[in-house]
Amino acid sequence: MSRKTRIEEALATRLSPIHLEVIDESRQHAVPPGAESHIKVVAVSLQFAGQPLLARHRLVNGALAGEFATGLHALSIHAWTPEEWAMRDAAVPASPPCRGGSKEPPGGQAAA
Amino acid sequence: MDALERIDQQVKNNPVVIYMKGTPQAPRCGFSMRAAEALHACGVPFAYVNVLQDPDIFANLPRYADWPTFPQVYVDGELIGGCDITLELHASGELKRMVEAAAEKAGALSGGD
Repeated sequence: MSRKTRIEEALATRLSPIHLEVIDESRQHAVPPGAESHIKVVAVSLQFAGQPLLARHRLVNGALAGEFATGLHALSIHAWTPEEWAMRDAAVPASPPCRGGSKEPPGGQAAA
Repeated sequence: MDALERIDQQVKNNPVVIYMKGTPQAPRCGFSMRAAEALHACGVPFAYVNVLQDPDIFANLPRYADWPTFPQVYVDGELIGGCDITLELHASGELKRMVEAAAEKAGALSGGD
């Protein structure tokens, strides 16, 4: 089973979403074909009502802890209530372009 | 001092700090780039830590606040989230309010104006 399918099943179970999109964006990044390393989730669920963004993201991250342990590298999360989803008119922000990943060029600046 | 203690000091000694891949001037990840841009747009100075240059922090930061990904943004000693949350807070105007309040509080504590 692909990671995308596992994530869909885990979030469907955990969130009972009225809308769920799991998008594999790995091809936009410098990873091998089929890596399934960069995933974007759009989840609309009543369970997010009254929850701050941090708590919503923790809910999603927590449901996918096993995926992080097995190679999931980047997870973009858009977690909204049905009301917010309607107000946004179903618009989802685009993910940013890759910037070269973890390969640091020589001579970088010292950490603050 | 171990990595978690160093992170704790950085988070508590800086009103606003971002842990990112690369630097605000030369980001190495689109998510880090966007989060740093949002902080910059708030007009309040912020600290950064390039996790690519510090393997101990890279390895330990995810368990500091139980958050699995980079970047991570801390305001007034608390994790506010990663790139997506930082951008949502920026879009609503909340981010600017939060970082200004944190900077003001830090200034008051250190005796500045």
